Amino acid sequence: MTEDLKILKQGAEAKLYICNYLGRPTLIKERFVKNYRHLDLDTNITKERIKNEARSIVRCKTAGIRTPALYLVDFERRRIYMEHFERNVTVKDFIINLTKTGSENETNSLNILAKMIGETVRTLHDTNIIHGDLTTSNILLIPKNDNDNWIQCCEFHLVMIDFGLSYVDSSAEDKGVDLYVLERALISTHNDYPELFNKMYDAYKSSSKSNIKEIISKYEEVRARGRKRTMVG
Amino acid sequence: MVVAIGFEGSANKLGIGIVKDGEILANCRRTYITPPGEGFLPRETAEHHQQNIHEVLQEALDQSGLNPDEIDVVCYTKGPGMGAPLMVCAIVARTCAKLWKKPIYGVNHCIGHIEMGRLITKANNPTVLYVSGGNTQIIAYSRKRYRIFGETIDIAVGNCLDRFARVLKLSNAPSPGYNIEQAAKKGKKYLPLPYCVKGMDVSFSGILSYMEDKIDELLKEYTPEDLCYSLQETVFAMLVEITERAMAHCGSDEVLIVGGVGCNERLQEMMGVMCHEREAKIFATDERFCIDNGVMIAYAGALAHASGTRMDFKDATITQRYRTDDVLVTWRDD
Ligand SMILES: Nc1ncnc2c1ncn2[C@@H]1O[C@H](COP(=O)(O)OP(=O)(O)O)[C@@H](O)[C@H]1O
Ligand SMILES: [Mg+2]
Repeated sequence: MTEDLKILKQGAEAKLYICNYLGRPTLIKERFVKNYRHLDLDTNITKERIKNEARSIVRCKTAGIRTPALYLVDFERRRIYMEHFERNVTVKDFIINLTKTGSENETNSLNILAKMIGETVRTLHDTNIIHGDLTTSNILLIPKNDNDNWIQCCEFHLVMIDFGLSYVDSSAEDKGVDLYVLERALISTHNDYPELFNKMYDAYKSSSKSNIKEIISKYEEVRARGRKRTMVG
Repeated sequence: MVVAIGFEGSANKLGIGIVKDGEILANCRRTYITPPGEGFLPRETAEHHQQNIHEVLQEALDQSGLNPDEIDVVCYTKGPGMGAPLMVCAIVARTCAKLWKKPIYGVNHCIGHIEMGRLITKANNPTVLYVSGGNTQIIAYSRKRYRIFGETIDIAVGNCLDRFARVLKLSNAPSPGYNIEQAAKKGKKYLPLPYCVKGMDVSFSGILSYMEDKIDELLKEYTPEDLCYSLQETVFAMLVEITERAMAHCGSDEVLIVGGVGCNERLQEMMGVMCHEREAKIFATDERFCIDNGVMIAYAGALAHASGTRMDFKDATITQRYRTDDVLVTWRDD
């Protein structure tokens, strides 16, 4: 394979390149060596994260959750090759643009989005996948059809990405922490929509019949702990 | 032009500082140092502050060359911190305000660190890593507040280091963290430790209990220096990682490190390498400003005062829990 890579961006831990792999638009996620940390630690973490990411993508597929399709894992070069969505917007940018354009359908769009996120996260958890890094940078929207106005018209699918910190666990506590991480990410990043998390949480609670009582109480426990956390050592 | 005096005593440092606009006129400090193996407790710490505060106040006034009537606002740390030590400074600050007939202003300790860091380094709109004995937070400014993007879900990183220093019975002078840093420089053998990052949050209690539980066994194979080295490499890697996560998420290309642990040169070095790898800039200060001091309280109070914010005398109380994002940042318009 010829090495003809174009760097797309540098994410939270990886460099993302685009290329063409077997005729398909492909994104290479390369967890390059982080020289700031001890080499042993870096090697371990990286191997771990690549494994987590590949495993969860496969698991999501069986659960019907959209993620980029997995093409190839190359531990040697610290890379994952996956489907590249050429038309996409992160949920983060989607929300920020809503504010900027001050669209009339603002509330409507947010409601649709919150419902989709809530349902998807619930499905993840029903499949016992803990994402580990639920932020709006790690959820993408891709168009459902050819409509150029797919963003304004809310004609999109939700795609979950960045499973490096994910793992499989059935515990209610871990699901509660996952929700709490998402809540905090929403509050800090999208402070102009304080109701966003609750809308999402409502959808999370009502979108499946699996037992949720324990998750709710664990989430509330984790949250209370966070609020009460004493600030002194 | 605002001249402000600041009283800080939320933990074991007692500091009084005086600023005139951005210029530092006095920066005086005393540290309560406990014997090896012991941490500082509220009652004894408060006593230390009580015994020293008048002397430090006199020293600060002398150093500044000012008369109390040249001061515009008396600032003190409202929280977060230990109740009794906070109270000592609040009472003296209130007394000074009444005596000198000046307005009083209670400052959030974390905001003090951030604004001091911005003043000294000239960082414009950085992602802030705030690391001290009581706090570990990743903060970024947005819409009139310093928002918390990530934080420890259990103990603070400084607390983890201090408690490990106590396990090894390292000296608490000048600070346990400093002695860990010096010992770590001589460490060679790396011990893999639990590494716990959850999104932009971190957890340190697992590492600490792992080391506490196994200390006797570990010391058979590793020197204390090796253990200090391994601990630092691990916890700092976690901190740098969540800082990078926050930067990517916020689209930021500046980092500012503040708080007592922020003067650790290894942490600064690691953060510098990360920044270099993503073409970002790092800003940090040395122990004069990183470690709790009165100047940061005076300066943050002066900013609030200059922007027209006032505090009623009856509200000049203290609070042990006071979150960074509770404060409305009236002095920034971006
Ligand atoms: N399959 C994909 N198609 C298109 N863009 C993607 C895809 N995967 C990631 N991205 C973009 O790259 C960014 C970083 O990817 P991510 O997997 O989150 O890496 P990191 O762990 O470095 O944050 C995402 O926020 C998104 O904008
Ligand atoms: Mg990401």
